Parts: sequence; structure tokens; C-alpha cells
Amino acid sequence: MFKMIKKSLKTATVTGQYTSDSDNAPPVQCTAEAKRKAKPFRKSLTIREVDTGSCNACEMEMNALTNAVYDIERFGVHIAASPRHADALVVTGPVTVNMESALKDVFKTTPDPKLVIALGDCAINCGVFRDSYSVTGPVDRHVQVDIRIPGCPPKPTDILNVLAELRRS
Amino acid sequence: MFGNICLIFLQMVVILGVSPFVVGLIRKVKAWLQCRKGPSVFQPYADLRKIFCKEAVIPSTTSWIFTITPYILFGSTLAAGLLVPAFFADMPLGFAGNIIALVYLLALGTFFLILAGLDAGSAFGGMGSSREALVASVTEPAMILSIFAIGLTAGSTNLNTIVHRTALFQGVTTDPAPHLLALGALFIVALAETGRVPVDNPATHLELTMIHEAMILDYSGRYLALVEWAASMKLLVFLSLLVNIFAPWGIAVEATAGAMTLGLVAYLVKVSALAVVIGILECTVAKLRLFRLSELLGAAFILALLAVIFFYMFRG
Repeated sequence: MFKMIKKSLKTATVTGQYTSDSDNAPPVQCTAEAKRKAKPFRKSLTIREVDTGSCNACEMEMNALTNAVYDIERFGVHIAASPRHADALVVTGPVTVNMESALKDVFKTTPDPKLVIALGDCAINCGVFRDSYSVTGPVDRHVQVDIRIPGCPPKPTDILNVLAELRRS
Repeated sequence: MFGNICLIFLQMVVILGVSPFVVGLIRKVKAWLQCRKGPSVFQPYADLRKIFCKEAVIPSTTSWIFTITPYILFGSTLAAGLLVPAFFADMPLGFAGNIIALVYLLALGTFFLILAGLDAGSAFGGMGSSREALVASVTEPAMILSIFAIGLTAGSTNLNTIVHRTALFQGVTTDPAPHLLALGALFIVALAETGRVPVDNPATHLELTMIHEAMILDYSGRYLALVEWAASMKLLVFLSLLVNIFAPWGIAVEATAGAMTLGLVAYLVKVSALAVVIGILECTVAKLRLFRLSELLGAAFILALLAVIFFYMFRG
């Protein structure tokens, strides 16, 4: 127990120790409408992750956001276990036949005001899964998407950039 | 009479205002030990404000129990908060009940939360309810017995008397063994009742390991805010109980402005110190398997029982 405390005190804070690579980062696309909708969540945002048929690469990047290096919690962003606690739905993957009704249910049970973030190329335009027989289309065919974060998968820094842009007025 | 109303109001403000800070402080300590920067200690205030502004979605399968529970939980926890001395040695609702009333006010909130978890009819809610019932039923004997041990050494179940006598070094410090054993028992009980590690993990996202969080999965909007606020108040009630029964030094004994200010500062320092201890504990101890919880809480019961036995053995 004391060894562990000693080790973590020795390591000190590692948050923010990542290369930002701002030259190659895709431009942040945030419409004024999305910013207006994100205004109540500037200091506190709760995210519910919805996987509608993704290959899990985007989930890995989302997971990385909560580790010690990226530490998304320092901006007041939590990841919730229930859509009823959520302010923003982060949807990953193309919408498959089986997940279509689940996505609509989740959208309905999320209390207003809410944001929908399409994360990754698959959620935006079906990516490599386009024209598959089990895919019913991108996310914005079923629910209204406010923010799109492209990439296959998007880097954690890209996601952080978009969230930082949303906090800015 | 007027003084008492003022005290009720003051303590209500302190309990309501300080409780989110305690939760934020524990999270900050955990973040530091995990080498993270972590959110600000005032993040829970921003969270509460945001949740209060959101729409409340009520599942169509629920009854009136679901909507009334947050109010009962919040009300009973706040009333319990007025039954513990915080910065002043007299508790504001001292005329209405003693420490046993406090225990069962908290149990009333837990009971309704268990019902509400079942009410929505989701699988996780029912699972959380059954686990909470298990924890609550195993915790209660340990809690009541440790309170009896404290009551025996102080000669009263009235918290006023207990705190006064400890603060003025009467009776307790001459016979510290039962007191220390009861402290151990009550600390374990506090961790179990407020859903902290090793009993429950408040930061978990995994429904299968949840206890308290699983029952509130279906709440949203103002209901969720009330439940969350009540949970942080419950934590503060237990912390106040621990610091004021076992280390009440600095607490205001007379109702003068100077003594009150000193009491408030001492109270904040003591509660924060205990919150830091809980934060460190949460980072270094693993969560216990559900079926081993009864062993931990059984240990708390044994400690409390030993405290009572010690009292009678060493009385002469």
C-alpha cells in the first residue's frame, strides 16, 4: 500500500504529456448551432457512449481519454453508465440493422437539452462498411447529429480539440 | 427559540453547501494519486447546477414511488444532517431525536431508494436494490452496536452529551479502549453506508459491479440531482459523526460568534482531513467481492461487540 502511494507521488502528474501534432490534425468542424446547444454544458458534460456496430477502434480511443495522460475529467467531462444521466451521446460505427431501434430508444430516453456526436468515419458516412447488407446508413439518417469528429479512428487529441472548441464561446 | 431557528438555518446551509465539496475533494485526491490532474474540487457544484437545469425523463413503467423517492431521500438525509452536531456542540434538531433517530432516518432514505430501484423494472435496478438491501441489513447491527458502545462510555445516546463530554475530556479519555474499537467499527460502517471502496465503487461504469449507482440508473434531471446531492450529504453526515464523536476538539461549545467561527474552521479542516484519508484508501484498496462484504461488515460488528465487552470489563 505504501509502496503504491510512494510510486504515484514520485511519478507526479503525467496529464498533458502527449504530442499534440496540431499540423496534421483535421480542422475542427463546429457549427454555431452546435456551440449554442453546447452552451449549458461548458463546465460539466456527461457522455454516454453508444456503439451501433463499430469495430471498437473508436471505443479504444474514447477509453484512452479517461487515462492519466489525456484525463478528460479535468475539463468536467464524465462518461456515464446510463443514457438518462447523459448530456451528449457519442455514437460510433455505422448503424447496423440490429442497433437501429436501440439507437432511437437511447435518443428518446436522453433528457433534453442534448447533443449527438458522431465519432469516426463510420458514424459520419459508414466508412469501410458502406453498402454492406447489414448497415442501414450513417447516424444522421436516424437521429440528428450536431457534431462530427472524422478519423478512422480519430485520435484522442482530435476529440479533445473538438470538446475544447465547444467550451469556447 | 430564535437562536435555535438561526442554528437550524446555519447548519442547513453548511450541510447543503459543504457536501458537494467533500465529494470533489475525494475525487481530487484520487486523481492526484492516479497521476492525473483531475477535475476541480468545485466540479460537483457545476454538475449539480447542470443536472437541475435538465429535463426529467420518467420511465413509463414506474409508479408514484419513483417520483417521490428523491424528495424523501433528500428530506430524510437533510433532517439527519440536522441531527448531528457539525460546528456547534448542540444539534439543531436535538429536541426531536437522538442518534438512534439519525440511524433510522438514513435507513428510511435507503429503504425508499431500494423500492425505487425495483420500481423502474430494469434488470440492473433490481440487482442494485438486492445488493443494497444485503449491505444495509449487514451494516445495521454493527452500526447500532458501535453507537451503543459510544453511548455506554458517554452515559447517553444523546449526541449533545456525547460530544460535550468528549470535547471537555470527561469520561472518554480515561477509558479509551471501547471508544477506539467503536471508531474502527463506525468507520467501516461509514464506508459501507456511503458506498465507498471497498464496499462499492462510486466511479464505476460497469453495471455488474454497481450497488448504489445501479439503483439510480433511471433517474434524470432534478430527480437525479436530488439523489446525488443526498448521497453527498449522507457522506458528510457520516464524516461529521466520526469527527465529532471521536475528535470534537475545537467545536463551539458556547453560542458566541468567535467560538462559532473557530468551530466552523475546525469542522471544515477535520472533515477535509477525513475525506483525504478516504481518498487515499480508495486508491490503495481493491473493491471486495460481493460475497466477502459480510466478512468485512462482520469484522465491524465484532469490533463494536468488543467495545461493549471492554466497557463492562474495565469499568471497575
